[in-house]
Amino acid sequence: MALHTLNQPPGNTQCLERCLNALSDGDALLLIEDGVLATLPAHASRFDAIAANVSLFALQADLDARGLNVLKDARFTVVDDGGFVDLACEQDKVVSWY
Amino acid sequence: MSDKKKVLIINRRAPYGRSNARDSLDVALTCGVFEMPISLLFADDGVFQLLGGHQAKDIGQKNLSANLAALPMYDIDQLFVCESSLNTHGLASDQLDHNPTVVDHNAIQQLIQSHDVVLTF
Amino acid sequence: MALVVNGTPIEVDDEGYLVSLSDWSEAVAEEIARTEQVELSEEHWAVINVIRDFYQTFEHAPAMRPFVKAVGQALGADKGKSIYLMKLFPDSPAKLAAKIAGLPKPTNCL
Repeated sequence: MALHTLNQPPGNTQCLERCLNALSDGDALLLIEDGVLATLPAHASRFDAIAANVSLFALQADLDARGLNVLKDARFTVVDDGGFVDLACEQDKVVSWY
Repeated sequence: MSDKKKVLIINRRAPYGRSNARDSLDVALTCGVFEMPISLLFADDGVFQLLGGHQAKDIGQKNLSANLAALPMYDIDQLFVCESSLNTHGLASDQLDHNPTVVDHNAIQQLIQSHDVVLTF
Repeated sequence: MALVVNGTPIEVDDEGYLVSLSDWSEAVAEEIARTEQVELSEEHWAVINVIRDFYQTFEHAPAMRPFVKAVGQALGADKGKSIYLMKLFPDSPAKLAAKIAGLPKPTNCL
């Protein structure tokens, strides 16, 4: 199982699609940097097709920086830097999409 | 040998415009020197790294094709290319050098699962 | 730094590799080998030709592993062995053979 990180905004559709297509059951996806823009409800449908057993996270500091903490879609769990580390430790590898 | 980590290198950037392709190859060859099992996946704009007939001299760079051709000398022979990326660019696998195996999204998920370390370039 | 071969100065870098690969000739190879205390035999020349062919084909100087493989493919399995190359080009065969063959230092040679 893998932790996938994505740091590109949804406007970079190629990167987002590449990442979503690479997710398997049991993986975790953490949105960081501009990646957190994809937490907006308007983009929620992009995440409909991915495996039901993929858990979705977004990094708190990046959400806060962009004023997205109150706007984000409910299916994303907010984690701080410590939570990022925990996710990386729980999974057996990290795959970085950028 | 069994204690060596299996490394998957995912190449998503076109050659020459940035250093990603060159950096990736350096990592692959270095892993090869340590006899680590390595697989290379080419996806998105990375599929252009495999296109035949590179002539990079006039842009002041080394031919990536010539360097990739050396991979078998480093015992690196697991090359994969993303089918949908080929379709995006209107390319067919017979236009590519180095005999990559064409893979779909499911096969790519399995590649990620079956390797211990995944590096993206 | 410079070597002098037949009265002509040939520029080399701090480690003794040719600055301009087009400066290479058999006489230059002999001179580089002399500074490295290697006396070139026919066996040396066969290996030098292999590593120059490798560079021509793959556009980089090989690390040890592909070097051994290339020598084995070109000259026979009995010669495609580290020990054989260590005898001809002591200490670090891939680096020393590249230097004498007028190639850049192998970048992935650790």
